[in-house]
Amino acid sequence: MSEKEHKVSRRQFLSYCLMGVGGFMAAAAVTPMARFALDPALEAGGESDYVSVASVDDLTEEPKRFDFKVTVEDAWYESEQSRTAWIYREGNEIIALSPVCTHLGCTVNWDANEDHPNQFYCPCHHGRFEKSGKNIANTPPTRPLDVYDMEVRDGTVYLGRTIQR
Amino acid sequence: MLQKIYDWIDERLDITPMWRDIADHEVPEHVNPAHHFSAFVYCFGGLTFFVTVIQILSGMFLTMYYVPDIIHAYESVYFLQNEVTHGVIVRGMHHWGASLVIVMMFLHTLRVFFTGSYKKPRELNWVVGVLIFFVMLGLGFTGYLLPWDMKAYFATVVGLEIAESAPVIGGFAKALLAGGEIIGAQTLTRFFAIHVFFLPGALLGLLGAHFYMIRKQGISGPL
Ligand code: HEM
Ligand code: FES
Repeated sequence: MSEKEHKVSRRQFLSYCLMGVGGFMAAAAVTPMARFALDPALEAGGESDYVSVASVDDLTEEPKRFDFKVTVEDAWYESEQSRTAWIYREGNEIIALSPVCTHLGCTVNWDANEDHPNQFYCPCHHGRFEKSGKNIANTPPTRPLDVYDMEVRDGTVYLGRTIQR
Repeated sequence: MLQKIYDWIDERLDITPMWRDIADHEVPEHVNPAHHFSAFVYCFGGLTFFVTVIQILSGMFLTMYYVPDIIHAYESVYFLQNEVTHGVIVRGMHHWGASLVIVMMFLHTLRVFFTGSYKKPRELNWVVGVLIFFVMLGLGFTGYLLPWDMKAYFATVVGLEIAESAPVIGGFAKALLAGGEIIGAQTLTRFFAIHVFFLPGALLGLLGAHFYMIRKQGISGPL
């Protein structure tokens, strides 16, 4: 490219300089604010604390409801909130299911509908799940109930956060 | 690309005359620092506006985390400063900008004073400028309470005592500003509302009037 074909007028050059400097200053001011606003979305998710919920001796083959308290840290609020788990044993295995319906978040109950015994039933839109938590075809939920992260120590069941399957 | 988008819109809406009318005008020699370096004093008005824009932007972002409640205000400020990424920077912009805007406004006022720019026909713009000055002081006063720490609280106690010392209406003025007898929950919500809605609204209106008059009357002549 020769000098001749590449003409930049004085006015153009100055306006590029102005746009460059102006753009830099605007970016310097706006970037921290944008990152500040995006923080909750970028920092989502944390580690889980385990809470003691049930004694292994109390568990049966039939899912039983256990309520427990967790400490929730919500920005500058710390509070106790209650959680529920449906826990049962199958041979040596222990399974703890979350009661939150995977359709739109209502609360499911075990064996709560006469027409559908031995299933988890959601009253909101008649969602149903098998004992294993598997969603039953042709009901609204599209994936199984979440399971709790679990640890068993000295005959006690400890639950952490829920895990999607 | 940008040119194409601009042309596409301009072809349909004819926007060129609109911005030309607002933005495209000669900068007289005596206010252009490229001609006389001392003309940089004419930049203070624009710099005041620049800092004001920063205040409004950073303030809008602060309200994403801040709560005007006496139990949680301090902790929400602590949280947004120390736990949220870049919180120190955003709060720092608002905190230091609040002082800087007063400095810039003062320098701008000095320029207007010493160039005699307040004289006929620009008296009204001086009046509007003084109103802007009071609105800025109001923003500083109400904003200062919001972190709800010791300094904030006692600064407001003193400020409201000053209001109370006014003859005749003093007691009424104090109760109105504090939202009652106690400097507490209602004072904080009131100051918050005044700080983020009422005064910025008034400020934008006054700035509009200020700039309209400048555009209409042009910048004042050389000394
Ligand atoms: C020219 C305009 C403004 C000035 C001079 C100003 C001044 C102040 C001051 C002095 C503080 C106390 C800051 C500290 O001690 O760190 C403050 C806090 C605050 N301001 Fe403003 N402000 C302005 C505009 C705004 C606007 C437009 C908003 C929101 C729309 C806003 C929202 C806030 C919030 C939420 C706080 C509390 C958070 C904190 O203390 O850091 N401000 N402001
Ligand atoms: S929320 Fe459970 S079926 Fe819709």
